[in-house]
Amino acid sequence: MGNLASPSIFLDFVRRATPWLAVATAATFALGLWLSFAAPPDYQQGETVKIMDIHVPAAWLSTLIYAAMTLASLGTLVWRHPLADAAQKAAAPLGAGFTFICLVTGSLWGKPMWGTYWVWDARLTSVLALFILYLGLIALWRSIEDQSLAARAAAILTLVGCVDLPIIKFSVDWWNTLHQPASVFRLGGPTIAPELLWPLLIMALAFTLLFVLLWLLAIRNEILRRRLTRLTMIAAAEGDGLAVVPATGKSAA
Amino acid sequence: MSAVPHIGFIVAAYLVAGAAILVMIGAILLDYRLLTRALARLQATRGETEAR
Repeated sequence: MGNLASPSIFLDFVRRATPWLAVATAATFALGLWLSFAAPPDYQQGETVKIMDIHVPAAWLSTLIYAAMTLASLGTLVWRHPLADAAQKAAAPLGAGFTFICLVTGSLWGKPMWGTYWVWDARLTSVLALFILYLGLIALWRSIEDQSLAARAAAILTLVGCVDLPIIKFSVDWWNTLHQPASVFRLGGPTIAPELLWPLLIMALAFTLLFVLLWLLAIRNEILRRRLTRLTMIAAAEGDGLAVVPATGKSAA
Repeated sequence: MSAVPHIGFIVAAYLVAGAAILVMIGAILLDYRLLTRALARLQATRGETEAR
């Protein structure tokens, strides 16, 4: 695994892993969706329990991705791993995307079940704070031109923001919230019937595989962006009459 | 009346999730395409310059 620190070896790994991961992701999604729509309705939620099969995996991923970004930030600041900041930068938009799915699907479940799309309870508010944190990190990366400086600033903000993770996890225990407490990962085992638990777990696996696939592809893009910037600067420095080729996007390293 | 209660909320949730996932996939693939084109263009221009 240590060899993956080399960008060229990492790019080769991504090229070989992508087809397998894509097939595994599509197959797991197909199985998860089939199990979800074949499952019986919940005795309280009725058919709206099917929304949980996308809401809960997205919610798990929203915190899992931030935890991965926190590790990557340590990689940037402490171990100075060459791909750590690329991994952190590539994960932020994906984290924002999955948190957006979590918030919107939660709202669409809340209206028929709670009678409201939104309530300022501790769990919902702390997840909204996580979404804003993701947007802030994306904005920070785009607003600082010096990418090594941006990497350090983003790493520090990520480490500061990780205080939100235990707040999200334990908000339902620490405060009196409308959101239900943990029903899968809890002492004493899950409280969900197996007919509903299995589709949820398979969908969670599908979402996780999708994230891993997209994360690898996004890190590959980041490596290519840096290569493009480096070659552009070399060409400009050589003064060989080349016009500076603009890097795509605003986040050119 | 729909046979499935709250079917609109269920369909909307799956549509929003699907659209968000497609946007993430599309953005990454488009970014890759633009980057590889820019790299190829830069290398082609360098090759022409060296050949002169």
